[in-house]
Amino acid sequence: MSCSEAESGIHSYLDGELDLARSLEVERHLKGCTSCAGAYEGYRALRSAINRGSLYYGAPAGMQKRIRATVRRASRAEGGAPGLRLSWKALWVPLTAACLVLLGALPFLLRPAPQSLLAQEIVAAHVRSLMPGHLTDVLSSDQHTVKPWFNGRLDFSPPVVDLANHEFPLVGGRMDYVGDRPVAALVYQRRKHLINLFIWPAPPGPAAREESEAHNGYHMIRWTKSGMNYCAVSDVNTTDLSQFVSLVRGPA
Amino acid sequence: MDRTDHLARFEESILPHMDAAYNLARWLARSDFDAQDIVQEAYLRAFRFFAGFRGNDGRPWLLRIVRNTFYSWLEKNRRGEATIPADETEDIGSEDAIPEKLLIREADSKLLHQAIEELPIEFREVLVMRELEGMSYKEIADVAGLPIGTVMSRLARARRMLRQRLAEHPGGKEQNELQRG
Repeated sequence: MSCSEAESGIHSYLDGELDLARSLEVERHLKGCTSCAGAYEGYRALRSAINRGSLYYGAPAGMQKRIRATVRRASRAEGGAPGLRLSWKALWVPLTAACLVLLGALPFLLRPAPQSLLAQEIVAAHVRSLMPGHLTDVLSSDQHTVKPWFNGRLDFSPPVVDLANHEFPLVGGRMDYVGDRPVAALVYQRRKHLINLFIWPAPPGPAAREESEAHNGYHMIRWTKSGMNYCAVSDVNTTDLSQFVSLVRGPA
Repeated sequence: MDRTDHLARFEESILPHMDAAYNLARWLARSDFDAQDIVQEAYLRAFRFFAGFRGNDGRPWLLRIVRNTFYSWLEKNRRGEATIPADETEDIGSEDAIPEKLLIREADSKLLHQAIEELPIEFREVLVMRELEGMSYKEIADVAGLPIGTVMSRLARARRMLRQRLAEHPGGKEQNELQRG
């Protein structure tokens, strides 16, 4: 075994990654070559220094609990979806084949999908926002603080209304990312519940009518007004959410 | 699969690897705050993809997600951070270049810590998985999506860089002088 072969062999040897025959070759080489033997000793010393060095970062206290809670929340929000995904996974190969065959028809077949995908994304964004530290980028109950904050961050200016008098105080706003584009998210509060109001520009065309749906315990109302898409999502009851939406929409 | 089952199985096979997840994220991001964010995000992703998890060992599976989460985070947050282009073919050189009498043995852990933090990410991640997680080349290759040969050569270079940095460090030299004197 040459020194250059031994050079890489030393590491595999040190890591116990060599089979017996190769190990013996490395050992034989180390016995006869002081330079490689010195290197080997150096790496062994490095390893024991690393082992002694308390370099391992265990998860900080409290993190375990927080993440467990986050996952449980996500589980509740996703409902029965995991089972569904499992079967999609099993169907992957035939599905791919079918997709290839049906490529021409695909845009028509998939037409409803973007909507429900968007709804899922919005619920996910809502849940994510409820995690510690994710709710707001700008924390203010003042619409005149929140609205200008979006200047320069978004290519549109989301309308921000003050609903404090109707018991929907503004909590703040943040940037979010939904449906492959940055969107404005305004956060309002109703008692202990938070409402996320997502706003982004609507493509030109006739305004979509108001739609409401429920996703695993979260209610969602979507509408379009004055060239903007709106989507309000929350775990408040539907009556409160409808009231919130009609306040945001203002007089027709 | 029932939803509670799914959650229970996740909690049983993936949650226990949080130390490993945090350790990797912490060494990659070099900040407690960011590492906590990354681990949290990774766990949510892991939960989303959990239906696709096959196998017995959740650790490499989770670490792959942590690593991916870290890299997307990096792209978003530190666009400017350069990673040294990892020239895999670069000759790792002769061992004689390292003054062996210098003292890895005596390197204090703060120095060592700093030296590892300063390794380019490609080398740092492989080293952390091998030395701190005790993972096999095969597992590291799976997590990082690299051929085993590349894992091996990166690890060799990482260690070599570490030894060199520790040897070059003035503090280390002094200590060594003291020791000899």
